[in-house]
Amino acid sequence: MHGFANPARFLRIARWATPLCLLLGLLIAGAALAWGVFIAPADALQGDTVRIVYLHVPTAWLGMAGWSSIAIASFAEIVWRHPLAGIAARAVALPGAVFTAVCLLTGSIWGRPAWGTWWVWDGRLTSMLVLLFLYCGYMALEAAARGGNGAGQGQSRMAAIFGLVGAVNIPVIHYSVVWWNSLHQPPSITMGKSAMAGAFLWPLLVAVLGFSLIFGGVVLARMRAILADEQAEARLRRKALRASADEGEW
Amino acid sequence: MTETFDQWQFVIAAYAIGGGVTLGLVAWSWLSMRRAERRRDRARES
Repeated sequence: MHGFANPARFLRIARWATPLCLLLGLLIAGAALAWGVFIAPADALQGDTVRIVYLHVPTAWLGMAGWSSIAIASFAEIVWRHPLAGIAARAVALPGAVFTAVCLLTGSIWGRPAWGTWWVWDGRLTSMLVLLFLYCGYMALEAAARGGNGAGQGQSRMAAIFGLVGAVNIPVIHYSVVWWNSLHQPPSITMGKSAMAGAFLWPLLVAVLGFSLIFGGVVLARMRAILADEQAEARLRRKALRASADEGEW
Repeated sequence: MTETFDQWQFVIAAYAIGGGVTLGLVAWSWLSMRRAERRRDRARES
C-alpha cells in the first residue's frame, strides 16, 4: 500500500486509470439505467416509481462510501503521514457531497408518490442530511485551513480529525431503519442475501458498479488536479524565491 | 379527496436531476484536471 504513496507512481497509474474509469463507468451506469427504465418490470406495489431505485441506491452507497474513504484516508494521514492520503481525502469530499445531495433529492422525489410526502424527519433521512452537512463542513474547514486558495500539502490536521470523528454517522445511517420506526424500508440487500427479486436486483448491482467507477474516476481526476496545483504552486514559489535572491545579490 | 400521480413524471424528474448532475460532475472534474495540469506544465516550462 505504501508503494502507491509515491506521487510519481500514482500519476503513472492515474494517467490511464482516470479516463478508463470515467468512460467505463458512464457506459455501465448508462446501460444499467436504460435497463432499469425500459426493460426491468414495474413493482406490484410501487409501480413505475421503483425505477428511481437504480439511481437512488448507488448514490446513497457512494455518499456513505465517500465518507468512509475520507475517514480511512484521514487515519492513514494522521498515523503514517501518507503523502497521498490527505490529497485523496480532499478529492473525495466534493463527489461525496454531490452524490449525497442527489440521493436526498431522488429519495424525496420517490417519497412523494410512495409515502405521500416529500420529507419526514425520521432517522434515515435526517442522518443522511447530517452527512451532507458533514461534507459541507469538511470542505469549508479544508478551504479555511489553506486560506481558501488551495495552497499547502495534503489536508489540514483539523480536517483529518473532523473526517475521523464524522465517521460515527455512517453506522447511524446504516442502522437507522433498524433502530427506529421509519417510513423508509429496511435494508433490502445484506451480506450474502437479498430481499429483492432478480429482475430488480441485477440492474441495481450493475448501476452500483457503474456509478462506483464514475466516482473512482472523478476522485482520480480531482487528485490529479490537486497534485498539479500543488506542483505548480511549489514551482512558482521557488521561482519567486530565486528571483528575489538574485535581486538581493545585486 | 385522493391524489392521482403520473408516476413517470417522478421517474423522469429523478433521472434528469441524477443524470444531469453526474454528467456535470464528470465534465467539471475532467476539465479542471486538464486546466490544472496545463498550468503545471506552463510553470515547468517558464
